[in-house]
Amino acid sequence: MTVENRTIYMDNSATTPVRKEVVEEMLPYLTENFGNPSSIYDPGKVSKRAIEEARKKVASAIGAEENEIYFTSGGTESDNWAVKGAAFANTNKGKHIITSSIEHHAVLYACKWLEGQGFEITYLPVDKYGMVSPEDLRNAIRDDTILISLMLANNEIGTIQPVEEIGRIAREKRICFHTDAVQAIGHVPIDVKKMNIDLLSLSGHKFGGPKGCGALYIRKGTKIESLLHGGAQERKRRAGTENVPAIVGLGKAIELAIDELEEENKTLLEMRERLIEGLLKIPKTHLNGHPTERLANNVNVTFEYIEGESLLLLLNAKGIFASTGSACNSTSLEPSHVLTACGVPHEIVHGSLRLSLGRMNTPEEVERVLEVLPEIVQKLRNMSPLTPREYRTL
Amino acid sequence: MDYSAKVMDHFSDPRNMGSIENCDGVGEVGNAKCGDIMKIFLKVEEDRIVDVKFQTFGCGAAIASSSMATELIKGKTLKEAWQLSNKAVAEALDGLPPIKMHCSMLAEEAIHEAINDYLRKKGLEPWTE
Repeated sequence: MTVENRTIYMDNSATTPVRKEVVEEMLPYLTENFGNPSSIYDPGKVSKRAIEEARKKVASAIGAEENEIYFTSGGTESDNWAVKGAAFANTNKGKHIITSSIEHHAVLYACKWLEGQGFEITYLPVDKYGMVSPEDLRNAIRDDTILISLMLANNEIGTIQPVEEIGRIAREKRICFHTDAVQAIGHVPIDVKKMNIDLLSLSGHKFGGPKGCGALYIRKGTKIESLLHGGAQERKRRAGTENVPAIVGLGKAIELAIDELEEENKTLLEMRERLIEGLLKIPKTHLNGHPTERLANNVNVTFEYIEGESLLLLLNAKGIFASTGSACNSTSLEPSHVLTACGVPHEIVHGSLRLSLGRMNTPEEVERVLEVLPEIVQKLRNMSPLTPREYRTL
Repeated sequence: MDYSAKVMDHFSDPRNMGSIENCDGVGEVGNAKCGDIMKIFLKVEEDRIVDVKFQTFGCGAAIASSSMATELIKGKTLKEAWQLSNKAVAEALDGLPPIKMHCSMLAEEAIHEAINDYLRKKGLEPWTE
C-alpha cells in the first residue's frame, strides 16, 4: 500500500497501540490464568507472581525499589493520589502546594479541588517555551510548603522541565516532590533517586501498554494518604482487585520501551526535526515549546489565521490523525491553558496542531504529512476573514 | 466531534465561500470565548438577496453553519433572511452537537449585522427584531 492510501497516526501523545509482544504476554491472564491474586490457592498465586514480576520491571525502568511501585488505573489516578494523598498526609506541616500553570488537568484540577479544602496553591508561570524557572520555584517556597508537583515533560508542547534541579531544591528544603512523568516514560531516561523524586506518575497506554493501567512510585518513607479504601491490595495502600492482564502488559511495555529508548529516540528525533523544518516553511507558522529541550516525538506548531479543529477534520479526511489545543475541539470553549500560559497570543492560540510521533511512524509518512498540510492550511486561510490578502490564493 | 454527514459535507465543500467586491451589506461577528469569527457579504437588488458570500475563521460547525446559512438566504427577501433562526440553520444541517449550537447563532447574528449594514447605508433604521 502506498503512503497516500494508508492512514497515518500521529497522535501518540494521546495514546499508542498496544504492542504485539505486550498482547501476547497479557493473553494468558485474560483466559486460563484468571485467578484472583488475593486468593491463596495456586491460580491466585500465579496471578500474584505475574503482578510482582511486572512491579520489578516498572521499578527497574525508573531506578526504584520493587516495594515502591503501586499499580493504579492510569495517569489520572496516579496524579490524583500523589497530589491529594501527599497534601492530606502533611497537613501538620502546612497547607501550601506549588505546581505550574501548564500541568495536566489531572494535577491542576486536583489542586483546584484542594483549594476548596483549605489548601493554598501557587501556580508557577512558564517562559515562552513552557519552561519553569528553578529560581521562581525557590522564591515560591514557604515554611508551610508541603508539596511540589511539576511535570517531567508537557503533553501538549513536549517541553522537558529541569526536573533534576527541581528535585534538588525540593530535597534541600525537605519538601515532597511529585512529578507527572506520563509523557516522559520511554522518551526521557529517568532515575528517581538521582532526580530526588518522591512521587512519580506513569500510564501504560502512552508507551505501547494497555489503557486503564498505570503506576505511582512512592519513595520509601514518603507520607501519603490512600484514596481507595477496601481490600488489602497493593500493601494496603490502594484497594481493589488488581487488573492482572493490564499490569502484566504494563510491565512488558515498560521493559520494551526502556530497552529501545535510545535507538527509538534517534529515529523519532530525525523525523521530528524534518517535520519542524518542513512545517516552518509554511508562512506565518510558529513552533510551540522548547526548540531543544523537548520530547523527541513532539511537534507543536501554530498556524496563524486558521482554527485547529477545522485543520484536524481536513487532515482526518486525508487519513491523517493528529491533535490540537484548540478549544473548538473539546467540550470546553477555553483554548489550551498550556499555550496560553506560554504567551501564545489570543488571536492565534486556536490555530495549533500537535503531531506526536511513535514507533510505527516512518519518514515516508512525515513526507506525506508535509505534502498534505500546506494545501489544507491554504484552503482554510482562503476561507478565513483574518487572512491578509498576501496570504490568500483566492 | 460527532458531526452529521450534512455538516461534514458543508464543511468539506463550503458553498458561497469568498467575498463580494462592492457589496451592499457586510456583517462581521465573533465569539470572544472560542474565537470564531464570521463575515457575511450581501448583494441586494430590490429588497432581495441576489448574492451572498461568507468568510469564516472557526471550527467545522462554524464553517458548515456559514455555508448552510448562505444557502438558506440566497434569493430570499431581506425580511425572510432576517427571520432565519439559528435553530433552522442547525436543523438544515441535521443537527449540531449542543456545545456547537453557538456556531449557528453566529450565522444568524452575522446575517442580521449584514442586513442592518445594508439598511444603514440606505439611510434606513436598522431592525432590532
